[in-house]
Parts: sequence; structure tokens; C-alpha cells
Amino acid sequence: MLEIKNLHVQLEEEDKKILKGVNLSLEAGKVHAIMGPNGSGKSTLSYVLSGKKGYEVTAGSAHLEGNDLLAMAPEERAAAGLFLAFQYPVEIPGVGNMTFLRSAVNSQQKLRGEPEMTAGDFLKAVRAKAQNLKIEPDMLKRPVNVGFSGGEKKRNEILQMAMLQPKMCILDETDSGLDVDAMKLVSQGVNALRDNKRTFLVITHYQRLLDHIKPDIVHIMAAGKIITSGGPELALEVEKNGYADLLEETA
Amino acid sequence: MASSPSSNISKKLCLDESLWANCGQWIKNARLSAAKRVEGQGLPKRRDEYWNYTRPDAFLKEKIDFDVVSNKSFDIFSNNLSTVIDYEDGVLKEKKLPVIPGCSIESLQDAAKLDEHWAGAVYGVPEAAGQDPVKRSLAALNTATASQGLLLLVSGKVKNPIKISAVSNGSIDSTIHHIVKVEPGAEVTLIETGHYGARANVVLEVEVEKDGSFHHIRVQDGQQHNSLTHIFGRLGPNSTFKSFTLSVGGTVTRNECILELLGDTSSATVAGACIGDDKFHHDDTVFVTHGAPNCESRQVFKKVLRDGAVGVFQGKILVKEGAQKTDGYQISQSLLLDDNCQFLAKPELEIYADDVVCSHGSTSGAIDEEALFYLRSRGVPKTKAIDLLTLSFIAESIEEVENSELADALLMYLTAVLEVR
Repeated sequence: MLEIKNLHVQLEEEDKKILKGVNLSLEAGKVHAIMGPNGSGKSTLSYVLSGKKGYEVTAGSAHLEGNDLLAMAPEERAAAGLFLAFQYPVEIPGVGNMTFLRSAVNSQQKLRGEPEMTAGDFLKAVRAKAQNLKIEPDMLKRPVNVGFSGGEKKRNEILQMAMLQPKMCILDETDSGLDVDAMKLVSQGVNALRDNKRTFLVITHYQRLLDHIKPDIVHIMAAGKIITSGGPELALEVEKNGYADLLEETA
Repeated sequence: MASSPSSNISKKLCLDESLWANCGQWIKNARLSAAKRVEGQGLPKRRDEYWNYTRPDAFLKEKIDFDVVSNKSFDIFSNNLSTVIDYEDGVLKEKKLPVIPGCSIESLQDAAKLDEHWAGAVYGVPEAAGQDPVKRSLAALNTATASQGLLLLVSGKVKNPIKISAVSNGSIDSTIHHIVKVEPGAEVTLIETGHYGARANVVLEVEVEKDGSFHHIRVQDGQQHNSLTHIFGRLGPNSTFKSFTLSVGGTVTRNECILELLGDTSSATVAGACIGDDKFHHDDTVFVTHGAPNCESRQVFKKVLRDGAVGVFQGKILVKEGAQKTDGYQISQSLLLDDNCQFLAKPELEIYADDVVCSHGSTSGAIDEEALFYLRSRGVPKTKAIDLLTLSFIAESIEEVENSELADALLMYLTAVLEVR
């Protein structure tokens, strides 16, 4: 699904290298988790993959189903099936959540050359999916993320994911700012989208999210590289011993 | 030859037979005293303090030197209206004006035939009061020469808005003077859409008496039109005045709003938003005088500029001695979509009372890159994402419109405008 090879990235504004040769191969239908200490480059990886400005790729490649991601505009990456659930979803006053969702769904369908969803079908789909995530109808009318609690913002991200039906979902510290109940709700939303075709990359500091979203493979990232990979037991080890041991082993 | 019109205005006025045919005494008096104001003050010059950012030339030239291309207007505010009154090329189309419960509507041209009229106590009065301390001679010129306009006497609560719909497709120079008097406890909403002429000088004088309420929504569209508008509002005790203008076209537009809060606990809001590019030059010049205690006023302006467009905001709050517990607020913001456009803002506060709250702010900024990336990461193409963020920027000013149905209509209209831009 997603092939990342020897990815080197630095900040555009300053000469600071952040990713120093990331290699990842994510198969269809699998859930991969990336854990790592602060500043290891986890969030940068998610931004570079989704096309945020301010980063310069100095070497390496990233392909989604064979398509060169790095050559595409952010909206084209989305239409190709990539989705990033933001760590800090952006507030957009004055634009209704529903209007935003509709624009996103329609735009992607247009970019892919598919027929647009009718207003009725769209409304039905949103209502059903919102209900599963315990999103009140009122939240759909309100401006995008404005006045939403931390939990509401994250549920709103998952609602967008559910509506857009991406092939490759990246969750950037979706657990940050969530209480236990909210984390369960968000995880249920994510788990409902798991199937043998859709791939997830879950970025997190903590093991506890992985209790709810069970990963197939866990990668540990440090200083801009994947330093080790393993099964779910790797996350438990980190939870118990911290990163220090792993960092020493690979040093 | 900008100086000649002012010195000869009374003479010209006396010779203009169309203005005096069958004219009653009240209008003669009002026109002559307005003509004297113009003569005494002279017409605006570029070095005048309040014409520093907008050249008055567009409104002073003897001839208008462009042809207006006919343009399609969006149909906005078509539901739940009390009535629609049409103007074509600056002239009232209706022969017979509608009768509405709670509001009498007359045309200036009909009322001018009478020797006495209630409008005699209003026509030119707030305008004359508004000449001090800042001269607004082109408004006085309007009072002196206008032969078209509506006179609204509001005596009850008029539930649905009254709409004036103006269209103009020719090279028309029009002068329009509307008057609204809201009697104690009465309420009305007035909507104005379109443009009265290729060049228009429009004055709206509003008297809101005790406990009265006046809401005004204006949409200025069009293409190469030049518009100079003045709203003169005077507010009695516990009255409400709210005006919102959306400008989406035109070349040089200057909207002046001069409000006097004369009675305790009155409240005034003047807000506006505009979108323009290229030769678009949009000026909001606002002067709010707090002349009584416990009043509040708000000025909220948003300008979206692109490709060489210029936005101007000159907003003043004057708090007179004794106007204690004044709550004054003013914000002007611009969204600059590229490096070629300019926003010129001059916020002013002048306060002679010691127990007041007055705040003001002004900002200029580009599109928020975080928000742009967020939208694009969801598949929304860049241009559409910029439109959504433009809408988001303007929406805050539209929140000043109290009637949610009208606010929604403005947002829908704006969405449609952005789509064809």
C-alpha cells in the first residue's frame, strides 16, 4: 500500500535534518504503529506524506499504490486515498462542518472523476456515521471545530475519515488530549473502518491507545530513523522500560 | 475643473427647471440651504484629511467616461419580504407604491409637489448635522439636487423586510436620497440591492425615535460602477440601528456612515464586508458620536483584496462629555490574497468622558497556511479552499446581522459570488 524508501527530510527555513533515512513498507489491511520519543520525527513523517509546506525532501521516495506521493498536491494525495487525522484539528469559523464535509467528499469524487454523491445520500451517510461516533446533529451544523472539546475534535476527524473512506489512514497522536472514554469512542470509530484493504499508520507516544487499536506491527522511531520493528509486544516493552533501553541497543 | 461646480451650485440649481417644476416650499427650502452648505464648504479635494486615501476625482468629474456592461445579478433576499420596490437607471419604476401595515411609503418626487410634508423635518437635517466636524459636501450636493428617493414613515412593527432593488445597465449618473423615520417603538428592516447607476451618489437619512429599531442590509454588486453613499443616522433613547453592507463589485466605492447616539441606552452597529480585485477601491468612512450615556456602538469591517485592490477604513468614535458608560468597539481587518493589494486603516478615538470602554483594532493578514493545508489534506483543491477561508473570514462580520434568515442568505450569496470569481 505505502512504500517509504530512504526518506530524508529537512526544514525548508533552517538547515535542520529531521528524517534521516526512513524505510517503511505498509501492506494493505494492516495496522502499523509508530512510537518514539519527542522530537524523533513522527509527526514530520505524517506531514511530509500528506504534503504540508515547509519541509524539503532531500532524498528518498514515498509511493501510495505505486503513485509517487511526493510529486502530488495535498488534495491529489487525498483523492488518491491518503488521510491524515490531525493531532491539532484546525478551527475554521464561519464554515459549517457539513459544508466542509460536503466540499471534501465532492472535491475528492471530482478529482477521481467519479459522479458526485446526491445531497440526500450524503446527508443520510453523514447522519448514520455521526451517530456511531456519538456526534450530535448540532455539531454538524456548527463551524468546523469551533468551540469543540478536544474529544469532539478528534471524533470529528474520525467522522471525516469515515466519510472519505481513504485507503491509507495516518493517525497523528489521536490519543493526545483524550480522556479514557473519548479514547474508547475514537478507537471504536477507527476499528469500525478496519478491513483487509485499508491500511493504518498510528502514531502515538503511549501504549494505551494500542490497547484499543491493536496493531499488527510496531515500529520504534528515534532521531529520524526507524530503529527497530516488531509485534505488539514491542509497545508493551516500551511502556514498561521506556525508550532508553532500545536506544542503547541500537546505538 | 473640480472647483467650478461648488461655486455655481446655487445658480445651477436655480436654472435646473426639472428640479423646481411644481415644487413645494419644504423641498425648496431644504435644497437651497443644502446648496449654501456646498458653496460654503467647497467640494472635497485630495488634500482634505478624509480624502487622503481615496481620490475624490471619480465623484467630481463632470462626465462619467465608461459604459457599463450589463451584468447578471444574483437574486438575493426573495423570500418573506413585505414588498420590493424597483429602481431602473436611477428612476423609480413603480407608478403606485405599495401599502404596508405599519409603514407609509412615498416617493420623493410626489412628496416634493406638496407645500408641507413630514419629511421637511428630516430631509437634509441629519445630513446638515453630519457636516460638523468633518465636511461632507457631496452629501449636501445630493440633498440639493436629488429628485429620486423614497420616504418611509414607520409607525408600527413591520415584520418582513422592505427591499429596494436597483438595476442599471446604462451610463447613468444618478442621485438618490432616501429618508426613513422610525416612530417610537416602531421597527423596520430595509434591504438595498444592486446599483442605481454607473455612478451613484446615494444618501440615506434615518431618524430612529425612542425604543425604535432600524435594520439595514445592503448588497452592492455591479462591475465598473462608482458609488458614493452616505448614511446619516440619529438615534433616540433606547433605540437600535444596525447596518450591514456587502460589496462584491464596483470600481471606486466610498460608503460613509455618520451616526449620532442622542438618547440614553441606544445601540448602533455598522458593519461591512467587501471582496474585490484589480481596480477595486473600497472605502468605509465611519463616524460614530456618543452624545448620551449608557450607549453602545460597534464597527466591524472585513475586506478581502486581491490583485492590486485597495481597501480603506477610516473609523472614528467620538465620546462627548457626559456620555458616561459608553461601550464603543471598532475592528477593521483585511485579508490580502497576494502582495499587490493594500489596506489603509485609520482608526480614531476621541473621548471626553472618563468612565467609558472603547476598544479598537486593525489587522492585515494573508490566508492561514495551517487552515489551508487542513482543507487541502481533505481533498479540497487550493482555489476552493481559499474561497472557503475567505468565506470564513467574512462570516464574522455577517454575524452582526441579527436576522439569521438574512445572514444565511448573505452567506449563500457570497458562496455563489466566490464560485464564479
